[in-house]
Amino acid sequence: MEIKKTAIAGTLESSDVQIMLTQGTDGIVFDLVSDVAKQFDDAIKQTINQVLSEYGIQNVIVKVVDKGALDMVIKARTVAVVQRALDTVGEPKWEVL
Amino acid sequence: MAIEEKLRRTMMFVPGNNPAMVKDAGIFGADSIMFDLEDAVSLSEKDAARYLVYEALKTVDYGRSELVVRINGLDTPFYHNDIKAMVKAGIDVIRLPKVETADMIRNLEKLVVEAEIEFGREVGTTHLMAAIESARGVVNANEIAQASKRMIGIALSAEDYTTDMKTHRYPDGQELLYARNVILHAARAAGIAAFDTVFTNLNDEAGFKRETELIHQLGFDGKSLINPRQIDLVNQVYQPLKKEIITAQNVIAAIEDAKQKGSGVISMNGQMVDRPVVLRAERVMRLAKANNLVDEEGNYIEK
Amino acid sequence: MKNKVERDIPDDILKQSKRQIFKGVDYGQPTIQRVAPKVKATTGQNKILDSIDDVVTQTIKDGMTISFHHHFREGDYVFNKVMRSIIDHGYQNITLAPSSLTNVMNDIVVEAIQKGVVTEITSSGMRGSLGDAVSHGILQKPVVFRSHGNRARAIENGEIKIDVAFLGVPNTDDMGNANGRDGVAAFGSLGYALIDAQYANTLVLITDNIKPYPNTPASIKQTQVDYIVQVDEVGNPDKIGSGATRFTKDPKELKIAKTVNDVIVNSKYFKNGFSFQTGSGGAALAVTRFLRTAMIEQGIKAAFALGGITKPTVDLLNEGLVAKVMDVQDFDKGAAESMKDNQYQQEIDASWYADPANKGAMVDKLDVAILSALEIDTQFNVNVMSGSDGIIRGAIGGHQDAATAKLTIISAPLVRGRIATIVPEVTTVITPGDSIDVIVTEVGIAINPKRQDLIDQLKDVPGLPLYTIEALQEQAAKIVGTPKPLQFTDRVVAVAEYRDGTLIDVIKQVKE
Repeated sequence: MEIKKTAIAGTLESSDVQIMLTQGTDGIVFDLVSDVAKQFDDAIKQTINQVLSEYGIQNVIVKVVDKGALDMVIKARTVAVVQRALDTVGEPKWEVL
Repeated sequence: MAIEEKLRRTMMFVPGNNPAMVKDAGIFGADSIMFDLEDAVSLSEKDAARYLVYEALKTVDYGRSELVVRINGLDTPFYHNDIKAMVKAGIDVIRLPKVETADMIRNLEKLVVEAEIEFGREVGTTHLMAAIESARGVVNANEIAQASKRMIGIALSAEDYTTDMKTHRYPDGQELLYARNVILHAARAAGIAAFDTVFTNLNDEAGFKRETELIHQLGFDGKSLINPRQIDLVNQVYQPLKKEIITAQNVIAAIEDAKQKGSGVISMNGQMVDRPVVLRAERVMRLAKANNLVDEEGNYIEK
Repeated sequence: MKNKVERDIPDDILKQSKRQIFKGVDYGQPTIQRVAPKVKATTGQNKILDSIDDVVTQTIKDGMTISFHHHFREGDYVFNKVMRSIIDHGYQNITLAPSSLTNVMNDIVVEAIQKGVVTEITSSGMRGSLGDAVSHGILQKPVVFRSHGNRARAIENGEIKIDVAFLGVPNTDDMGNANGRDGVAAFGSLGYALIDAQYANTLVLITDNIKPYPNTPASIKQTQVDYIVQVDEVGNPDKIGSGATRFTKDPKELKIAKTVNDVIVNSKYFKNGFSFQTGSGGAALAVTRFLRTAMIEQGIKAAFALGGITKPTVDLLNEGLVAKVMDVQDFDKGAAESMKDNQYQQEIDASWYADPANKGAMVDKLDVAILSALEIDTQFNVNVMSGSDGIIRGAIGGHQDAATAKLTIISAPLVRGRIATIVPEVTTVITPGDSIDVIVTEVGIAINPKRQDLIDQLKDVPGLPLYTIEALQEQAAKIVGTPKPLQFTDRVVAVAEYRDGTLIDVIKQVKE
């Protein structure tokens, strides 16, 4: 599945993460900037990948600016940005939560 | 309904879309933590805040605090999804803003039941509370407080209320006197908790103390707070005096004594101890324990 | 070879540095031969030179060791002026031995290294672009990190031999009688610089304020001074102090500060005549405020406050809650200005403050020390030097020295962002766990199991949750997840000495 439109969620505040999704054709492509990339880049990508796969999204460009967000924040922001990108903000996919 | 009496001195508001505040909300020892999806969250971030609070409720250890969420109102497009998400997350209490009628609570209860069934949560475990923010709400406070067995409390929200009353907030609180008393009576008649409104000027410590002493005197369970720094002061105001603790200890000892003798009548210094005295003693001991004035066994700790 | 804190110190490093491995916190009672500086006798006719260039060309030769103090902190103009001249004159193979390096010095040090001007550094610490460059291997020889007490020790016994000390002062007379208390760029105590003044072969004062002779009180004396250069400005007064004496409003910091206070007042050390060191930073100021309330409530007065001083500590002095302030540096304007007027705010040098190779230092009499940490491990070892990414970004300061107090409290949040503060193993051991007693976080405290007496005193205090350090570490890991291990090459870019001069750890080059 592909997203319908570019969307963004999260802020650049400390402990938050900002995630932007744009349409892609070449699988899931990450552009990740993080204060804790050395320790957690794989963990951040894994959390985002997990959410994307639960929504069945296979092609997308994921731009991540992480400010030391905990895993639960990354998941929450990913769910928010995916629902926005799919234009389904009013209809949460409850089984993903 | 008979809900075990909890201390609810402090209900700390936490903006629902702020990860730093959401993750740390549990470390300040608030009796209740209220995650706000309503006024603290802009219209464009309602969805994001809902997911953030959901994930936090699922993963963060908030210790012994009671967890409350203020959802968006009945007249907003976020109402239904807020209820579903919070019930699914296992929230202790849903707080509905701008409640004016008992029907609003009954409507909320119906949707909560549906969500409990949909997400496999035991029906009846999600509690409710109402925020009264208008003249109409104050007039109907009694019915609202009794609208559902799930109700654990009602709260006064003074900003909207004073606007509705064509006034604003004053330092002495005269403008809130009627509403505070009505809400308090409605809560007590229904056997639920009464919460006072927030005090927003963080730099006016004396004013905050004055207001807290007033609502403590009136009989409120506690106060809504906008900052963790306010917790200690409220707890200090609610802290029992040493002589109150000693009296309470004597009452508790008399109860024990009566129990051991198998007597139904509790007496102290030759006088019968009636139920209100027992209840007050138990509350004093709970407060004393919460303020670290007595140890686990109820012995007074000399400083 | 592995040392007492299980850190492997490579043999070639031991051989090159002629150091021993760290064997324990007890210094013992060795007899030490100190060194003395060369003195070029003069009647003082020609001490004042026209420019920094003049003094540099008269005093500097290739291969020399030069020193500076860091009392101007982020407002320092002297370091850059002198280093500019040294670089521009093309000197080579200089060893830099300042009391510490602040961020305003970073760029010029990096430039000096790149041009071969500076080839060795010893310092209390470094941060920012310089720490980053060193961590990436810009220097051939490892940087040596020393605590303030250890630096004094190393200067006294000749391990650091200062050829020329360039000391900025906010006032001096034409013979070199100087102090830190007066003038536009006043910073209060000259504590760290006094060791350089005493032991450097050549001493140069840089000032923007020549006072009538004789200038008193003289912290640095004319008998020690070779040259004086006047410049427009020695420092930016707005950046000398950490500025704010505002207490933190961060509720988490306040919670930690309140808990630190609970630990102190419930310990046996909180009694009339006790002594304490709090350091700087918002949380330290808050501790001072809580301590003040507790002292008033319980009628307790302190004999002295030690170390780096802040305005709230000076307030305690003025209120009579503290009898003496023993002042090695002043963190803010309030503390600096107070030194001028208050005879009970005593300037002390780094040796008096914290040197283990002494006939007794003040830290030996210290009851309570409150210190910070970047990381703490389950052996209570503390890292204040390298970030969780392995990059150098800190300073030992007086950490190892003050940690010898009878009650050493580390105050730190359980996690910072997604980085755990309490970890299975710190990146770099700076202060050994044997000298740490209590860890205070926002969720509760952990006490070093070696201090059963403290456990007994604190375990039943209501509202003071006591955990094992392992439990705190697990709690932190549960919040942040498990980080990937850092990647380092085998090349050592810096060594950290313990306060006795033994090697407690090495820092390796980060792998990119």
